[in-house]
Amino acid sequence: MIPAPFSYQRAGSVEEALDLVTEHGDEAKFLAGGHSLLPLMKLRLATPEVLIDLGRVPGLSYIEDRGGHVAIGALTRHREVETSGLLVRELPLLAHAAGQVGDPQVRHRGTIGGSLAHGDPASDLPAVILALDATLVARGPSGEREIAAGDFFQSLFETALAPDELLTEIRVPKPATAGWGFQKFTKRGIDWAIVGVAVQGHSVGLVNMGPAPLRAGATEEALAGGAGPREAAALAAEGTSPPGDNNGSPGYREHLARVLVRRALEQATAGP
Amino acid sequence: MKVTITVNGQEVGADVEDRALLVHLLRDNAGLTATNIGCDTTSCGACTVLLDGESVKSCTVLAAQADGAEVTTLEGLAGADGTMHPVQRAFHAEHGLQCGFCTPGMVMALVSLLRENPHPTEDEVRAGLEGNLCRCTGYHNIVRAALTAATEN
Amino acid sequence: MSILGTRVVRTEDPRLLTAGGTYVDDLRVPELDGAVQATFVRSPLAHALITGIDTSAARGEPGVLAVLTAQDLGSAPAPENEAPENEAPENAEADEAELVAAEESGEAGPGPLGGPFTEPMLAGGRVRFVGEPVALVLTGGPAGRYRGEDVSELVSVDYDPLPAVVGTAASLSGDTLLFPPAGSNVAAAGGARKDGGPAFDDSLFAGCEVVVERTIVNQRVAPVPLEVRAAAAVWRDGKLTVWASTQNAQLARVILAGALQLDPSAIRVIAPDVGGGFGAKIGIDRETVAVAWAARKTGRPVRWVETRSENMVAMTHGRDQVHSLTIGGNRDGRILAYRIDIVQDSGAYPRMGGFLPTLTSLMAAGVYDIPRVETAFRVAVTNTTPIAPYRGAGRPEATAAIERAVDLFAAEIGMDPAEVRRLNVVSPDKFPFTTASGAEYDTGRYADALATVLEAAGYDSLRAEQAKRRESDDPVQIGIGLATYVEITAVDAQAGETARLAVHDDGTATVYTGSSAHGQGHHTAWAMLVQDELGIPMDQVTVIHGDTDLIPVGVGTFASRSLQLGGSAVHKAAGEVKDEARRVAAGMLEAAEDDLDLDTGTGRWQVRGDPETALSWAQIAGQAGGDGLVANVEFKGDRATFPFGAHVAVVEVDTETGKVRHVRHVTVDDAGPVLNPVLAEGQRHGGIAQGAAQALLEEVVFDADGNPITSNLADYAAITATELPSFELVAMETPTTLNPLGVKGIGEAGTIGATPAVQNAVVDALAHLGVRHIDMPTTPERVWTAITAAQPSASQPSASQPSASQPSAAQQTGAQKAAQNGRTQ
Repeated sequence: MIPAPFSYQRAGSVEEALDLVTEHGDEAKFLAGGHSLLPLMKLRLATPEVLIDLGRVPGLSYIEDRGGHVAIGALTRHREVETSGLLVRELPLLAHAAGQVGDPQVRHRGTIGGSLAHGDPASDLPAVILALDATLVARGPSGEREIAAGDFFQSLFETALAPDELLTEIRVPKPATAGWGFQKFTKRGIDWAIVGVAVQGHSVGLVNMGPAPLRAGATEEALAGGAGPREAAALAAEGTSPPGDNNGSPGYREHLARVLVRRALEQATAGP
Repeated sequence: MKVTITVNGQEVGADVEDRALLVHLLRDNAGLTATNIGCDTTSCGACTVLLDGESVKSCTVLAAQADGAEVTTLEGLAGADGTMHPVQRAFHAEHGLQCGFCTPGMVMALVSLLRENPHPTEDEVRAGLEGNLCRCTGYHNIVRAALTAATEN
Repeated sequence: MSILGTRVVRTEDPRLLTAGGTYVDDLRVPELDGAVQATFVRSPLAHALITGIDTSAARGEPGVLAVLTAQDLGSAPAPENEAPENEAPENAEADEAELVAAEESGEAGPGPLGGPFTEPMLAGGRVRFVGEPVALVLTGGPAGRYRGEDVSELVSVDYDPLPAVVGTAASLSGDTLLFPPAGSNVAAAGGARKDGGPAFDDSLFAGCEVVVERTIVNQRVAPVPLEVRAAAAVWRDGKLTVWASTQNAQLARVILAGALQLDPSAIRVIAPDVGGGFGAKIGIDRETVAVAWAARKTGRPVRWVETRSENMVAMTHGRDQVHSLTIGGNRDGRILAYRIDIVQDSGAYPRMGGFLPTLTSLMAAGVYDIPRVETAFRVAVTNTTPIAPYRGAGRPEATAAIERAVDLFAAEIGMDPAEVRRLNVVSPDKFPFTTASGAEYDTGRYADALATVLEAAGYDSLRAEQAKRRESDDPVQIGIGLATYVEITAVDAQAGETARLAVHDDGTATVYTGSSAHGQGHHTAWAMLVQDELGIPMDQVTVIHGDTDLIPVGVGTFASRSLQLGGSAVHKAAGEVKDEARRVAAGMLEAAEDDLDLDTGTGRWQVRGDPETALSWAQIAGQAGGDGLVANVEFKGDRATFPFGAHVAVVEVDTETGKVRHVRHVTVDDAGPVLNPVLAEGQRHGGIAQGAAQALLEEVVFDADGNPITSNLADYAAITATELPSFELVAMETPTTLNPLGVKGIGEAGTIGATPAVQNAVVDALAHLGVRHIDMPTTPERVWTAITAAQPSASQPSASQPSASQPSAAQQTGAQKAAQNGRTQ
């Protein structure tokens, strides 16, 4: 219930955060909202020796219309994403999904950057970011780089971020096709998705269908070829490797993926 | 490390371990034991307080993160003259508590919910409370208390 | 007008809502200044020999006062060894009432099985479940709690693993014995399996046109009180004071006296505010005994609070029975015979002996007038967390079984399950009624309860809606589930309850009650009784419980006993105070006692017709001298009472995913006259939620090696507000003849009725597809698996599906597998 001892360092700027992480190397983790990392630390499943608190780094919490895309600062809380008028208008899939993360208390603290950098395939936002073809901006000692969402999520809790890189911004293109759908299947309201689906147009992101969030490639191909929701959704499980656990066997998850993808596609075509 | 947190309007200074959880600072350093700990997986919400006006689970906030912030606990909810907050009054009127252990967190979660959504539907109340577990009441009267408190908005 | 029966908000609330309660971990009393924190080191293995414990690294850490193991216990006996079933410990004059209460109730905490199944305070040579306490680390200073967790990781225990016995089938095979000296994993047996057996009556179902057999599972669940277990202890000047999160301080004292070889008079146990118990906090556990022992051994005050993850594996679990059911009757709907053969998983230590399945057997017939009922049970130990009472304690199991059996029978003969119930419930003219399983029901109106709930639910419209959706092949089907139940409360009625009532010379009153509320609102209820009897306003009445110095004799709160026994005791005490007051007032007024009246509206005594003579309670108490007006009573019931009711659950089942939504729940729960509808409704709500939770969501799971899979609140699906509807409660009050208040117990009724109603609803939703049974919890995957199994044309599950309607392979015997499907003769 108590994290193993660590040294708390507070960063006052991005530069300072990078200096600290360079100084402490492997022993250090960034702390944003803390609602991905602290629960692991309290069970001592993660035991970083140094925590670099980003909570006071200015200038990383914003939601800005940049014309072709919306830019979201990495430290923007889920609650802000959920209630942003700009996002509700331009990226309702993202706003809606942010409102499904955890519970209200979690959404007051958790950040989009923290959630994405954590790289949990059972989280809601990674699959959404994938489906929206976002670009993630990372800053490191050698400067800034852009990482396509498709390259960002690599495996369970592993992203393309180097240990000394800080996620600073998420750039989400305004979608070409307005229709969106989101399905989060759980036993209880508070649970992680047993399987989740994020649809924007013909882009289909899957939650908890593999060690990393992924796109339902076969479904997207079928849609591009003119297939309707039911036909395309029948292929939803192709190329996935869903986990088997107390909440569902792999076979059941594959079935759910097919059903939920169909429903999300139907939501998208039905419109607002 | 030293932290200073304004709790229920009073400045509380404490020298705590870097890993100290906000809930322990409140309970042990500030001596405010109404806020309870019910789990270790950020699931139960018994530790819910207001941090800069918004509900948070104080077991998943480091005291260090709350340095310089304002925290309100159940003990700070009633007026200076002892008048209960509408949510407290509604819990009493609607029998929204039995053993009382989940209650401080439940009340603070609802205070925050009603600030953000002054006139929620029953479904919105239930969804808003998904992060707060109660074992005694079956939630029925807690929901009624929330809807009753909302009528005062 | 009497205050009884009116809606009164709780006197407990203002404090709880403004300052918060004071639970054990909140205590900031001077006696606990300088306390060290206790942290337990627990077994990571389900079954192993302990070959060595190295505490040197831990002991060397700063701030560590001591690291204690079973070695340090010397010859101190194990707590359960001294449970009241055995002779009272030397030098201990434990109060006879407490001993009797502990013995007879069986629900009275750890015990009565000692001998080869003894549960030690700290594991010495062998661990038998993941989470079993092995060592105790004491750390001091302001960071004591934090350091305790760090230091406990440094205690090094060497284990020699043994095969883990998980599931009762593995246990019954006897391949690995948990207690080799016992010679068996069967800790207790009864009914047709007593003394080995089985001695089943082969002719039980003779003459039945239809016989249905099924093996069903009543799965293990976790009580999850929001407050985990906690205790604090200090030993000073030859006296031990222990604060514990317990449902009965007096029983805790008996346990401590036995375990620590102390006279009970040298022990004070205090139950402060307790954050829920549900049966799992009856008495105290070995950890609390260890904390008390450590306080005495080290001379320092000791505090302990477990983490939730510890609580999920080391506090007792509930239920976990496998039922082989056979129900037989005729096509006209009449049920003629019923057999239930129970295997109770007791976990690693069979604390309750055969108590829980004995209750299940006793209540096997439910509300039905079944001529021939046969029961049998075995209690099998496994390398899992021990089982103890959990809200309902053996009766939810009985009800879930018979209600499932009745629905299976109804499905087999093609009759409406409501009609089958109507045809078979005990008729009102037969009370008191003794069932074929030996339970003597006091009063009941089962047909009325069923009719009332069906009407309140709009049963016919629900069936019409269901028919419509079936017709249109709606992907969302509705299910309507029924349960008619009867349950046994105050099973230990003869142990009674105590009350001491004092009216003081300022006109206020104090009630010292043996009951021990942990959410039930007794302070409000007992104050209502005093106001009703004596006319002293509620806000002038203080109620005290849970302190053995103030209330040395008491039984506590569990088994839905407190109103009928504790309330009756308060009522009785009030009567005696009234008699005494009459005598004193008569002296003061120089009048005949018979000429005096008490006006309970004003709280004034006077000579009838002469208001000038009015005397207040204050005046009379002042005149009485000494302690004022005091009555110290015990109320013992003759026997248990039997509340009853009927529930209707409505669920929606998404047939594409298997997800179940609980959309309505309508109940009649009749426990006799309702003293305070606010409190009674609250108890019903809480019970319904826990009952629905078992049907829909919750299950404690161990893997094949005995590792707990659902060992925290993220993984264990404790029910939340989003999974439940608001409940529709209908009032019905049928008094008992067995106590002056006419009341029965309500605390567990909701749980007992709700679980089968919800489970039956889920099955009902899919009955048109041919689904006859789905085991609990009816998780989405289980439901979907049942749907696809019933519709072979739909997409097939992969081979890795768990079976929806059968116990896991670990729990089935060959005979059970063979008897899986209903068959007709």
